[in-house]
Amino acid sequence: MRQDDLYINKIDWLTILIYLALVMIGWINIYAAVYDEQAAKSIFDFSINSGKQLVWIGTAVLLITIIMVADYRLFDNLSLILFGFFLLILLLTPFIGKEINGQRAWFELGPFRLQPGEFAKFATALALAKFIEKPSFDLSLPKYQFQAILIILLPISLIMLQPDTGTAMVYTSFFIMLYREGMPQKYYVLALIFIAISLLSLAIENNIYIVAAVSVITLTMILSGKKTWKRTLTFSLIGVAIIAYSYSLDLVVSKLPTHQQNRIMVLFNPDIDPLGVGWNVTQSKIAIGSGGFWGKGYLEGTQTKFDFVPEQHTDFIFCTLGEEFGWIGSLVVVGLFVALLIRLVFLAERQKTRFSRVYGYCVVSVLLFHFMINISMTIGLFPVVGIPLPFFSYGGSSLWSFTILLFIFIKLDSHRIQLLGRMN
Amino acid sequence: MNENRHSVITVVIIIVGIVLLTKLFVIQVLDDSFLRRAERNAVQRIVDYPYRGLVYDRHGELLVYNNPVFDLMVIPKEFNIEDTAKFCKLFQIEKDQLIERYQKARKYSYVKPSPLIKQISNTEFARIQDYLIDYPGLFIMTRSVRAYPDSVGASALGYIAEIQPKQLERDSANYYNQGDYIGHSGIESYYEKILRGKKGAKYKMVNVRGVDKGSFKNGQLDTASIPGENLQSTIDLELQKYGEKLMEGKKGSVVAIEPKTGEILSIISAPVYNPNLLAGAAYGKNYGKLLNDSTMPLFNRPIMAMYPPGSIFKIVQSLIGLQWGIITPNTTFACNKALVACHNHPSPVNLFGAIRNSCNPYYYQAYRLMINQDVSSNTYTDTQIGLDKWHEAVEKFGLGNRLGIDLPSEKSGSVPSSLLYDRMYGKNRWKYSTIYSLSIGQGEMQVTPVQMANLAAIFANKGYYYTPHLIKSVDGDPEKIPEEYQIKHEVGVSPHHFDMVQDAMAEALYGTAMRAIISDITIAGKTGTAQNPHGEDHSVFVAFAPKENPQIAIAVYVENAGWGGRAAASTASLMIEKYLRGHIERPALEDYVLVGDFGD
Repeated sequence: MRQDDLYINKIDWLTILIYLALVMIGWINIYAAVYDEQAAKSIFDFSINSGKQLVWIGTAVLLITIIMVADYRLFDNLSLILFGFFLLILLLTPFIGKEINGQRAWFELGPFRLQPGEFAKFATALALAKFIEKPSFDLSLPKYQFQAILIILLPISLIMLQPDTGTAMVYTSFFIMLYREGMPQKYYVLALIFIAISLLSLAIENNIYIVAAVSVITLTMILSGKKTWKRTLTFSLIGVAIIAYSYSLDLVVSKLPTHQQNRIMVLFNPDIDPLGVGWNVTQSKIAIGSGGFWGKGYLEGTQTKFDFVPEQHTDFIFCTLGEEFGWIGSLVVVGLFVALLIRLVFLAERQKTRFSRVYGYCVVSVLLFHFMINISMTIGLFPVVGIPLPFFSYGGSSLWSFTILLFIFIKLDSHRIQLLGRMN
Repeated sequence: MNENRHSVITVVIIIVGIVLLTKLFVIQVLDDSFLRRAERNAVQRIVDYPYRGLVYDRHGELLVYNNPVFDLMVIPKEFNIEDTAKFCKLFQIEKDQLIERYQKARKYSYVKPSPLIKQISNTEFARIQDYLIDYPGLFIMTRSVRAYPDSVGASALGYIAEIQPKQLERDSANYYNQGDYIGHSGIESYYEKILRGKKGAKYKMVNVRGVDKGSFKNGQLDTASIPGENLQSTIDLELQKYGEKLMEGKKGSVVAIEPKTGEILSIISAPVYNPNLLAGAAYGKNYGKLLNDSTMPLFNRPIMAMYPPGSIFKIVQSLIGLQWGIITPNTTFACNKALVACHNHPSPVNLFGAIRNSCNPYYYQAYRLMINQDVSSNTYTDTQIGLDKWHEAVEKFGLGNRLGIDLPSEKSGSVPSSLLYDRMYGKNRWKYSTIYSLSIGQGEMQVTPVQMANLAAIFANKGYYYTPHLIKSVDGDPEKIPEEYQIKHEVGVSPHHFDMVQDAMAEALYGTAMRAIISDITIAGKTGTAQNPHGEDHSVFVAFAPKENPQIAIAVYVENAGWGGRAAASTASLMIEKYLRGHIERPALEDYVLVGDFGD
């Protein structure tokens, strides 16, 4: 038997290595986040979060083993059933879920608490892969575009019932995968313009400036080209639409629940209420910013240790890293995420089947979104949204769901040749 | 067609990484403000408040001490009560009040502590202490408030209260922080720097709730607080207590001075208030009440009220006249009531008789000689020169300017000079007939009670005084009192001129103040009646005793109590007896003053 034929050599160990590095750095940071010098406990102590996280890591390894020894065809075959199952669970969650912070996003199973919204990600990814797998599925056609969007909207709308805006938002990341699979580029250009206009009208207090700017640009466009009647009307309408949108956005924002309004306000003006609404962002930035280049040293952080940063072992775990390991630590972790994502793009591209490529891009999409939004919110680049940093944040649901998401792809990747064979 | 899109996605991933690392570089490496904010956050400079100095009376009796009180603090984030009614009952707070204060605390900060109930007393604290454990988010902070064992001396001692925004602005040394306590009046304010001590600071690591997490850099930066120095006041507690009792139900002032030293033995502003009212939880409520009280208990009469000195001023006139050689003890004037009103007494009178009988025409004529000395042939110019010379001489008696007593807000009183009359009438438009009422201490003359008491001390000392003051020693060291209280002020009148004046003052009691006479103590005194255009005249009396070896000089003002011989002289006489004898042997006079009708 040639060495190449060994199954173990077909597994992409580089990805697993990055995964392990992130999980381990995350784990020691969770310990730092809950560390109390005056009542120091071992990192293995099950009464503190680092000890519990070790249990989650151990069980995650068990999940990995199950995924790796299972038949790779299982995921393809079960994709739609899994999707249906999770949709049903999501439908039930608002009714039987446990209420925490005004949300019913959690499911209680004995001593365990699970967040179905997290687990539904890999099922949705599998379902998308299954739908798009068909050679006839052409995303340049409106019919298929509509189908794809519908699949994404299903879990989003169910999660919004809980309501868990942060988790629901993550599902929009699948548009990254759709882009790769041929969704027309103009949609993305439009979306970027749309986001830019939204940000500008939120950032600029006085809408008069926007009206002036849009008018000037519209006039320039009209005057610079052929002055046909039709062209003039088109540009004028676009100009008016943008102004109208900018005004209506203020109205929409004012209709949002106060805490969401505040989170948006704080983004543009972090000093607006540093002891109240702005507390999270302000303290998070202070913690990270005070880390300096080399950091304060492991377990030496004060901001995170003394509870200045809320939710520091979950959504704000990056603060502990930033404070104790400084920019160097940030560089390592951001670097690891970027490396993981680029590696996953590479793996996705080498897939022989559309199913596993689509799934691979779904993994890239979800991880990129979590990574980008989570770190952005801790450094004040994005409103505070309650989503965890993959592999890093404390919690079973989060670690398990990302592990399952990632390792299904590693499993698929390791069988990329067989999949091809099956297709043929 | 879509194959190149993976490159776009890869580029997006790299851009995301670069943007995040750039922003991280900015806040972690380039901007060091976060480091400072972090230190401000977790390294808390915990102010170690010094123990405020105590105030004793001249015999070492305690006048002011510190009483521990407790503030109940709340951390809104952790605060959670299930049974509001039970909580309100336990902590004795109205439900509305609780909600209002909680909202205020929440508005300040959700995670940092703010006071919920301020100044819980010792006994209250003992009662609620055990229940605190049931309520998360609540903890106790210890402070102290001033307390007054005998509840006397409010106007002299002053009070402490939270610093006002304006005071905070003026604090160029940045000693104070908002919420700090500072002396607001009286000794507390004047000797603030001595009493307050020096704040210390402990640098502690604290968590978000301010809970101590150990010292910062092993306490290298810590400084200990230095307690305020104890202050011994010149006040005689027993005399002060007795004086306040005598002044009950009356309006006015009593100032008693030890003539040889300028030490104030007793200083009373009536109506008096209990100083404990302005120390403690009810400060705000009580302060408002006192401020709106029509009898103005917060108005510090001994140093702020100004009255015409009236007849008492005739002694000053006599002394200046003698010193200038304008009059001699044998100079006589007729009691010419055409010049100015007088009461019936033998006429003509010499100086002794003039003092004894308080003869107005005598001083009208003597004063004219003092003012119009024919230095200039022009009557107007001559009057002006004379008045200014006289003004200078009067100022030496500590009149017309602030004496410099160690209490804030002292008023200067007023001794007119030519400037004043030029302003009032125009230059060269006034002469002696315009200003003659000054001769008998009326007209534009104004003095404060403490200036009057100081005059009494000058008469007792035969021509000198020490600025009246309330401080005897600092931390047991008499040298530490401000230098200005160790300077002897000469009034510029030879001591021998005082002999006859003292005799006349002793004699005067038999004319105008029979009640003030004590059988075996010679009191030298002078009654006065300060004219009050708004109602009944003010009763005034200044005196010193014993005449042979003066131990006490005193001025008493009783507002709206008629002429000096009754209310003021009786009160002064009792004060003198109390001070010199230690007890009262004239209960009938005491009752007369306590009842306060002051009829004959």
